[in-house]
Amino acid sequence: MKVSSNLERILTSGQFAATGELGPPKSAEAEVIHRKAALLKGYVDAVNITDNQTAIVRMSSISVATMLLGIGIEPTIQMTCRDRNRLAIQADLLGASALGIKNLLCLTGDHQKFGNHPTARGVYDLDSIQLVAMVKALRDEKKFANGEAIDTVEPRFFIGAAENPFADPFDYRPYRLAKKVAAGADFVQTQLIYNVPKFKEFMKRVVDLGVHEKCSILAGVGPIKSIGMARYMQNSVPGMDVPEDIIARLKGVPKEQVRKEGIKQCADIIREMREIPGVHGVHVMAIEWEEAVAEILELSGLLPRPRV
Amino acid sequence: MIKAKQKPIAEIKTLIAPYRNILILGCGTCVTISFAGGEKEVGMLASSLRIAAAMDKNAQLFTEATVQRQCEWEFIDAIADQIQKADAVISLACGIGVQALAERYPDKVILPGVNTTFLGMAIEHGVMVERCRACGDCILGLTGGVCPIARCAKNLLNGPCGGSQRGKCEVNPETDCAWQLIYDRLGKLGQLDRLSSLMTYKDWSKDYDGGPRKIVREDLKL
Repeated sequence: MKVSSNLERILTSGQFAATGELGPPKSAEAEVIHRKAALLKGYVDAVNITDNQTAIVRMSSISVATMLLGIGIEPTIQMTCRDRNRLAIQADLLGASALGIKNLLCLTGDHQKFGNHPTARGVYDLDSIQLVAMVKALRDEKKFANGEAIDTVEPRFFIGAAENPFADPFDYRPYRLAKKVAAGADFVQTQLIYNVPKFKEFMKRVVDLGVHEKCSILAGVGPIKSIGMARYMQNSVPGMDVPEDIIARLKGVPKEQVRKEGIKQCADIIREMREIPGVHGVHVMAIEWEEAVAEILELSGLLPRPRV
Repeated sequence: MIKAKQKPIAEIKTLIAPYRNILILGCGTCVTISFAGGEKEVGMLASSLRIAAAMDKNAQLFTEATVQRQCEWEFIDAIADQIQKADAVISLACGIGVQALAERYPDKVILPGVNTTFLGMAIEHGVMVERCRACGDCILGLTGGVCPIARCAKNLLNGPCGGSQRGKCEVNPETDCAWQLIYDRLGKLGQLDRLSSLMTYKDWSKDYDGGPRKIVREDLKL
């Protein structure tokens, strides 16, 4: 075990993991975090806290994660390369580790063009794979990015990375994942999966490369709230693949039942994920719909969560 | 070459508003090729500004000149008389030319008439694209001759981000994904295995982050 976080223990014990996500507010309001956290507590093994998601300024990931620690929820902080250079990232990670945060998801970050400060300067000193390598060196070699030794206590994280199986070039994606794992990723959370056959093909190649034996792969899933949201994801979110049959299923029920059907559909996808070789868990992203998570996991047969 | 775009006429009018005798100075090299600041553009801008001055009933006078290269002392020294007679100079050269004039003529107002935009080329007539960021540490030998610093919006060094779709960049669907191009090129060269090795942190001190850069060639000094 590297850090013995709850998430690492669940995955190491061979059980199917379930993680959730909490989007911090666009304000300094603490109350909303407690409200959202209550909807997730006990239902997931760890909760990702996004880092200026979609390049919109929000409360920082580490501060929200610290609040979650205080209420007994294990956080996974997210760190993007868009807003910080290697100095700022390392400084924040030293602090996060000192605060007791154990899981970290390393991301390049959505381009600032898509957010609410599109004229901001993007940093991109590192890319996500270099970030993974840097965090691993901090932990395993007790070395900063410049090679300097950490004299006393090194920051220790269970290192996560993301992968989008639906981005191009499709043939390269499994190799890119392998590269992230070689750099030091302990777990991987994927982009939202709606095109299950294509994801199966991706996973087949990942398994052929043996990557699933060196890291834990959590399939990204999420319920669709409305047909409008489905169309938006299908047409306007870069790197998303929402097949027509996903939307057709939601269209097949009366309007007032779309949400319920979305939850059922998500649970069905999770059940399919559980059967795919090499998939070690799911990461449930119910964006601004944290209420749905418990029901989805109940329907998927993933509750109660194991204690390890 | 250096590519530039002429500033909007309204901005140029604001810049020159305090001055009466104005020299519009073109450059015969990069900005001529990019149709932003050569002799022809000097003439067109002068006509526009004369019309604007007449309509606004102000008494501004415009003279025109173009030198071969504003970034070399010998060419800007040659038009010292014209520069001395003007109250202000609008340079249609890139930022290098503007600064060369400002350095050579310390008591003269030198104004930029173009926005220096990038280092690039015309891939077809009228379409100019960025190709180099002058990062100071060329990696084209590792990336199949396609630059991810100049051509990837996130400067990625280890493959395409999750927004690469159908060969295009998420930031601008009209822009090719640099990493798709790199992937295709390395594939054709039989070098796809290169994408499996980690490209480590870039040394940005060789880029702008190290402060203004300088090359000194002792062997060429007089």
